[in-house]
Amino acid sequence: MDSVQIIEIKENVLADNGLEAQRIRRQLKEEKTFLLNLMSSPGSGKTTTLLRTIEHLKNDLRIGVMEADIDSAVDAEAIAATSVKSVQLHTGGMCHLDAGMTEQGLQALGTEDLDLAILENVGNLVCPAEFDTGAVQNAMILSVPEGHDKPLKYPLIFTVCDVLLINKIDVLPYFDFDMKKVVEYAHMRNPRLKIFPISAKTGEGLGAWCHWLWEQVDTWQTS
Amino acid sequence: MHELGLVSHVIKTVERICREQSLRQVCSVTLEIGEVSGVIPDYLTDCWYWSCKKTVYLRGAALRFETIPAVTLCENCGCQYPTVTYAKICPSCHSVRTHLLRGNELIIKEIEAE
Repeated sequence: MDSVQIIEIKENVLADNGLEAQRIRRQLKEEKTFLLNLMSSPGSGKTTTLLRTIEHLKNDLRIGVMEADIDSAVDAEAIAATSVKSVQLHTGGMCHLDAGMTEQGLQALGTEDLDLAILENVGNLVCPAEFDTGAVQNAMILSVPEGHDKPLKYPLIFTVCDVLLINKIDVLPYFDFDMKKVVEYAHMRNPRLKIFPISAKTGEGLGAWCHWLWEQVDTWQTS
Repeated sequence: MHELGLVSHVIKTVERICREQSLRQVCSVTLEIGEVSGVIPDYLTDCWYWSCKKTVYLRGAALRFETIPAVTLCENCGCQYPTVTYAKICPSCHSVRTHLLRGNELIIKEIEAE
């Protein structure tokens, strides 16, 4: 019988995911496709914000969307109605996407003729933040009804994001949501975080957000 | 609650090592888990036995844990203190300019294999 040996590994559990994510980014750079990972809690307006963003940018950029959900295709159907390319990913009960699942989604979507691919992650402020998906930048939406204390309660997602959209500002008069505090708390977690207050319903603030996103895509393609 | 996702990454890494080092069977895997990594060992164990059944190298392998205590550094006065007891506010000078030194890790420390 073989003897049992102890083998020291000392490897981060997510090291393999990190390598796969880097490979995805290299491939996307070659194809000149910008991948945005969009995260938020359920009901914060991810799909509505995406629909509005697509309306703003679809004449300037070739866009594709990956909709990740535990089940159903309601979001992918809404996106398909805009005539941009979209695929539905089912995570099979998983609360997040990792680099491997994202790569499968990118292959299903076909990225070689896209300027901007958007991954709509599973609605959740905790788990998706732990996994590098291979995205060039991470965005998150926090909506006014969720409250201004969320950067204190879910620090990691605010730390890993490049941009924060504060959605549903049209209902600000009805909630005790302190815009100054949320900006202060979010910048405590991440001083580099870019913040855009928007209303996907009324369209307020969307121009500035879409212009910023267009600039990021342009920089990725030309730098 | 992303324990299932983490388990699949542990298994993938261990399977790769088995292939690289021509190992036949893994008896145990030891993880180092940071005190504030958010990982719940009981959930990880449930996912572990369910997932290992489907593998070649890890069928029946035990999962062991070692905890890495969380320590926070105060950028204002330089003191280091236990994160779980005092959270983000320095107990000695009450500054909020603090950051986590360690305790967020999730590391595969070692495996026992034949």
